[in-house]
Amino acid sequence: MTEPVLSVRDLRVEFVTRRGILKAIDGISFDIGKGEVLGVVGESGAGKSVTGSAVIGLIDPPGRIAGGEIRLSGMRIDNLPPEEMRKVRGKRIGMIFQDPLTSLNPLFRISEQLVETIRTHTNLSASAARKRAIDLLTEVGIPAPERRIDSYPHEFSGGMRQRVVIALALCAEPELIIADEPTTALDVSVQAQIIALLKRLGREHGTAIMLVTHDMGVIAETADRVAVMYAGRIAEIGPVRDVVQNPLHPYAKGLMGAIPSLESDTDRLVQIPGSMPRLSAIPPGCAFNPRCPYVFDRCRVERPEPIQHSEHRVACHLYDQSHIRSEAVA
Amino acid sequence: MFAFIIRRALQAIGVLLAVGIISFAMFRFAGDPVNQIVSLDTPAAEREQVRRSLGLDDPVPVQFARYLVQAAQGNFGISYQFRQPVSTLLAERMPATLELAICATIFATGFGVLMGVYSGLKRDSALAKLFQTISLIGISLPTFLIGILLIYLFSVTLGWLPSFGRGDTVRLGWWTTGLLTLSGLKALIMPSVTLGLFQMTLIMRLVRAEMLEVLRADYIKFARARGLTTRAVHFRHALKNTLVPVITVVGLQFGSVIAFAIITETVFQWPGMGLLFVQAVQNVDIPIMAAYLMLVALIFVVINLAVDILYTIVDPRLRTTIRQPA
Repeated sequence: MTEPVLSVRDLRVEFVTRRGILKAIDGISFDIGKGEVLGVVGESGAGKSVTGSAVIGLIDPPGRIAGGEIRLSGMRIDNLPPEEMRKVRGKRIGMIFQDPLTSLNPLFRISEQLVETIRTHTNLSASAARKRAIDLLTEVGIPAPERRIDSYPHEFSGGMRQRVVIALALCAEPELIIADEPTTALDVSVQAQIIALLKRLGREHGTAIMLVTHDMGVIAETADRVAVMYAGRIAEIGPVRDVVQNPLHPYAKGLMGAIPSLESDTDRLVQIPGSMPRLSAIPPGCAFNPRCPYVFDRCRVERPEPIQHSEHRVACHLYDQSHIRSEAVA
Repeated sequence: MFAFIIRRALQAIGVLLAVGIISFAMFRFAGDPVNQIVSLDTPAAEREQVRRSLGLDDPVPVQFARYLVQAAQGNFGISYQFRQPVSTLLAERMPATLELAICATIFATGFGVLMGVYSGLKRDSALAKLFQTISLIGISLPTFLIGILLIYLFSVTLGWLPSFGRGDTVRLGWWTTGLLTLSGLKALIMPSVTLGLFQMTLIMRLVRAEMLEVLRADYIKFARARGLTTRAVHFRHALKNTLVPVITVVGLQFGSVIAFAIITETVFQWPGMGLLFVQAVQNVDIPIMAAYLMLVALIFVVINLAVDILYTIVDPRLRTTIRQPA
């Protein structure tokens, strides 16, 4: 197997607050291969965006990476000095944020923002950089880019601005793109266009994409694999079709039950009772145990570690074969 | 853009008209102007003569119209105490006040922005905390006290700088400047600092607050995610956005700097319009007071317009809103 573009091992992110240390990410591991789209889903506060920020090295104090490893094509990047990490950002890892209305600096023409990014990462001359900027705008589907390039961000619609943001993330042909809720702020019809664009770019350039979202529909349509996050941990990770159609973790089951479907004739969508615990009050054992319909004693005391189960990895005691065997013996 | 300027100019005329009414009303309510001109033992017939010759027997609206027409031509009447046209007196004093106000504003803006940016970027450093403390002093100490303290330190104790006056001036046409002589420059330092200190602390606090706000913005995070250098993120992307509100404050404060110059000019015996105004108040010299009022109003209106135009240069989003009349 070839080396994954992104490899995260036992990553832990903490926020130091007055009331103690909050564990926003508590030991997660995953890989993304070349040209692969990994969807990361979960409720607000599950740690999806923090994971993205940690990978690109933009965790603001009081947050900090407390442990684990992040490797980009084999090179360790979580402990790089700030200036080295800056050179990785934008050049090898591109990032797309949720709200295209606020991601672009309103006071600069998009040509200035594109050329500045291109010239930061390459040795191109100003005119060559401008030519490349126009090519990028063409590639992300901005009509008449020669004319539009000198416009200001406010002269574009939301969907067009998100295309500009994607063009900015692509400036230096990064190996990995982290898309943090790239469609949440857009109209549904525009969402589909942006998703199609991301998929096409990933395919054509072999870019690995980490797609953070809480929209299961977007994941089902776009991702190759999906990681379901809950309270700073990965509950389940596996091929997207498997996880959507046959989720193992009770939380993932609950999430998938909440997707409305045209085929099945249900009056009410399933809803997971309760809400995700605050980071300051994560229960002992499995973080999901207070809401889990299948909870048993072990869940309340022992934290489940991820176990390989067919093509999934799932962190749930229900699938612990050794446990079942030991119970059978007893 | 042109229509916008025309529209604002019409509004400006409205403002000046209103101020004109107020300054005209001063003549009517600060006693009978004839009494200010004639002596105590002037016979009644002669008083009537003066009254008629000055047009004071006409109906009030006619008098007001005449006042406006003359004011528009730059004729604000004759000063009671100096027996000279008010416009000449003000024109003589204006360069001193404007030079002082401009130097104070440059001092305030330059140091205010520098200190504000620094304490916004390194808000936990010792120097930033020192700046915050200084700014508290600058905001809470009254202008005249700062002026007197400076005089005590630099003129009385150290003897480095002159305690009053403008020093030697050079005449350039009708404009007199103190910027071209050493004594003129030395004389300018303390009044400028005194006058600008309050604005400096204001600008510093504003820039710091704006900088902290802007640094949290999504486009700053995105600029960092694009791998731009820290210098480009801070001084290109953040600073330009910070300066938008600073332009308004500096512009509007320039008007107050001219108005506040009254106190500073009194403390330093600076021969500007403010000192002239204080003397006019002491001698109930209404033509000077009224003209000064009109002039300050005019300066405010012109600055406001300039600020609005500057805005559109810095912030492209405003260009479209201005083109389509709201």
